[in-house]
Amino acid sequence: MIIEGKKRLWQEYQKEIADDNYFFVRSCIRQSFFPGAEVMFLNIMRDQLGKDVYENPGHTTCTGIGYHTDVVPLETTMTVVARQFALMTEAGYKNYAVSCITSFGLYSEILETWKHYPEIEARVRENLKKATGREFRIPENVAHASDIMYKYRFEIAEKAKYKLINQDTGEPLKVVEHIGCHYAKMFPHKGVGGAEYPYVLVGLTEALGGEIVDYPERRHCCGFGFRQYIVKMNRGYSLSCAKTKFESMKPYKPDLILTNCPGCPYFLDRWQYVIGEMEGITYGANGYGIPVFTYEELAALCLGYDPWEIGLQTHQVSCEPLLRKIGVSFDLNRKYLGINGKEIGRPAKPSILMVE
Amino acid sequence: MKSIAIIGGGVAGMEAAAKLSRMGFSVTIIEEKDQLGGKLMQWHALFPARRPSAEVLSNLKKQVKLGINTILNARVERIEKNDDGFAIVLNHNRMITAHAILLATGFDIFDASKKEEYGYGIYDNVITSVDLEKAFSSGKVVTAQGKTPKRIGFIHCVGSRDEKAGNPHCSKVCCVTGVKQAIELKEMIPDSEIYMYYMDLRMFGRHFEELYKEAQVKHHIQFIRGRLSEAFENQDNSVLIKIEDTLLGKPLKMNLDLMVLLVGMQPSGGIAGILRDLEVEKDADGFVKQTDNQLAPSKTNTPGVFAIGTVTGPKTIEETISEARAVTLEIADYLHNKVASRILMNENYSL
Repeated sequence: MIIEGKKRLWQEYQKEIADDNYFFVRSCIRQSFFPGAEVMFLNIMRDQLGKDVYENPGHTTCTGIGYHTDVVPLETTMTVVARQFALMTEAGYKNYAVSCITSFGLYSEILETWKHYPEIEARVRENLKKATGREFRIPENVAHASDIMYKYRFEIAEKAKYKLINQDTGEPLKVVEHIGCHYAKMFPHKGVGGAEYPYVLVGLTEALGGEIVDYPERRHCCGFGFRQYIVKMNRGYSLSCAKTKFESMKPYKPDLILTNCPGCPYFLDRWQYVIGEMEGITYGANGYGIPVFTYEELAALCLGYDPWEIGLQTHQVSCEPLLRKIGVSFDLNRKYLGINGKEIGRPAKPSILMVE
Repeated sequence: MKSIAIIGGGVAGMEAAAKLSRMGFSVTIIEEKDQLGGKLMQWHALFPARRPSAEVLSNLKKQVKLGINTILNARVERIEKNDDGFAIVLNHNRMITAHAILLATGFDIFDASKKEEYGYGIYDNVITSVDLEKAFSSGKVVTAQGKTPKRIGFIHCVGSRDEKAGNPHCSKVCCVTGVKQAIELKEMIPDSEIYMYYMDLRMFGRHFEELYKEAQVKHHIQFIRGRLSEAFENQDNSVLIKIEDTLLGKPLKMNLDLMVLLVGMQPSGGIAGILRDLEVEKDADGFVKQTDNQLAPSKTNTPGVFAIGTVTGPKTIEETISEARAVTLEIADYLHNKVASRILMNENYSL
C-alpha cells in the first residue's frame, strides 16, 4: 500500500465543515439500535467542545428508508426535508448537522437536485407552504456528525483520557473502518477523503492513537442494503455481505470495527452473533467477536465517559476485552443498570459467541 | 524562404519537419522536453510486429538532423497573429516567426489514478501499460516485492470509452497494445497465467487480428469479456479484483500478482493557451477539430494553422506518419496560394 498515494487523494476531497451553531437532526433508527451514540455526540459537542447544538423535537424522519425502498415518493420526501429546513430557518440556524448517513446522502441528493432543477425546488416550496404554511432557507453548510467529530479530532484527542493503544504491548490498536454507502458513494466530494479511500474515520482513529487497517473487502456493503434486509426473503444476502467482510478482515486481527452509519454498526455487530450460531465461527480473539463502535462512542470512550453511560452494553459483541486493552476502568456490575440505577434486563447468552 | 514552426517534436513533428525541410521550407521544431521523440521514447516495442521503438525513433531523428532548427526545452508562452503569419513567444524571452504553424503536440496519457477504485498509485502491484513498457525496456518485470508475477491481468479501456472519466472516445491503440504486451509477458514468464478483461476487442489494423489469434492459440492468454468494478490489495500485496463477466452474466473475483491498466489517450491539456491564441476550435471530445475529416483532416479552422497526429484524435504511428507526409502538401499549397493572393492584392509584395 502506498500511503503517499492515499494522502494525495485525500487532499482532493476536503470539505467545508461549519465551526459552530449547528441545527442537529437525529436518525430514526440509531436511537433504538445504539441509544447512547447521539447522546454522546451532543455531550461531546456541548460539554467538551463548548459548541452550540440545537435540536427541535418537532423534526421528523427524513423518509430516507421509505424513499430508498420506493414506499415514499420523491416529491413527498423533498417536502418532508423542506420542513426540516424550515425548522432550522425558524430557529435561526444555518448549519445543518446530520446524524444519519442515509439522511445525509438524501439531503445532499435533494440539494443537488434543486441546484440543477430550480423548478422542482419551487414546486416543493409551494407544497410546503400549502401543507404547513412554512418557508425555508437552504442550509449554508451540511455536515454529517462524523465530519464534525473529524473537524475537532485533535481537540478531542487533546482532552482524551485514553488513547487507542494496547496497554500490554504499547502498540496502536488496529482499527478497520466502515463509512457507510450513503456517506460519500453518491457524492464523493461531500465526504472527507472521498468515497474510495475515505478519511473521515481514519483521521479520527489516527488522532486518537489507533492504526487503520485496510482490508480487501473494506468497500463491501455491511449488509444493511435496504433491499437486502428490509425485504425479508433477501436477508440471506445481508448476512452473506457481513460475512464477506468479516472473513476478509479476520487475517488482519482488528481490535475494533469503527462505523459511521446507523445500520452498519448494528449489522456488523448482530450478524457476528448470528454467524456464530449458524456456523460456529467467531472473528475476534478467544471466541469473542470484534467490537463494533460508532465514532461518537469511540470518542466518548477515549474522553473518559463511562462505557455503560455510552451504551456499550447494548452491543451484542462484548466490548470488555477492548476496554481492558485500552485500559478503561469499568464496573461490570453496573453493565445492565440504567441511568436511574434500575436493572434494564440482561440478554440471553449466545451459545457460541463469547460474551461477558 | 517561407518558414514553418512545428510545435511538438514527437513522431508527427519529426516526420513532417524532415519532409517540409526537403521541400525547401525553413522549419523550426519547438519541443518542450530536452530531446526529440515524444512518447515514443517511453515505448519498448511497437505493435504488431514488435519492432523496437528505438529503431523507429533513431530513423526519425536522423532525418531531423538535416538543416532543421530545433529548439528544445521550449515552452510556448503566447502566439500572435500578424499579416505575415505568426510570432511565437517562447520561454526565456525567445521569439520566432513563421508563415505557418503545424500543431504536432500529441496527446496526454490518461492519469490512471483518476480511476480511484482501481488503486493505481495506491496499491503496490497496479501498473499501467506505460509502466510495463518501461519494465520491458529494463529487461525485467517483477512485482513491487521483487517477485516474478505468476498471474497477471490486463484491464482494457482505462480512461477510454468511459464517460465518467470524461473520455467517451475509443483510444484505438490500447487493445492491440494489450495483446502485444501480453504476448511479450508470456514469452518472458512462460509459466505465467495472463488474463485480458475487455469491453470489446477492436483489432482494426493489418495483422492485428492475427496477433489476437496468436495470443489465444499459441500463448493461451485468456480473454474475458467484462468490466472491472474495483480492485483491492490483499495482505500479501497481490491485487483482488471484482469483475463482471458480461458473457456469463456473473460476477467474478480473482487474485492477481500484477494488474496492468491499459491507459488511453486523451486531448493534451497543455496546449489550451496555444489553441486560444490561435483561435483553433476543439471538437466535442476535446481533440483539435479537423475542418473536414475526409478531405482536409490536417486543416484547422484558422488559416495557416495545421494539426497532425494525435492532437486531432487517437492514432497509430503508421497513421501519424501518413498524416505527417500528407500535411506537407497542404502547407505548401497554403503558402503558395497565400503568396499568390498577396501578389494580386499588393504589387509591392516581395517574394
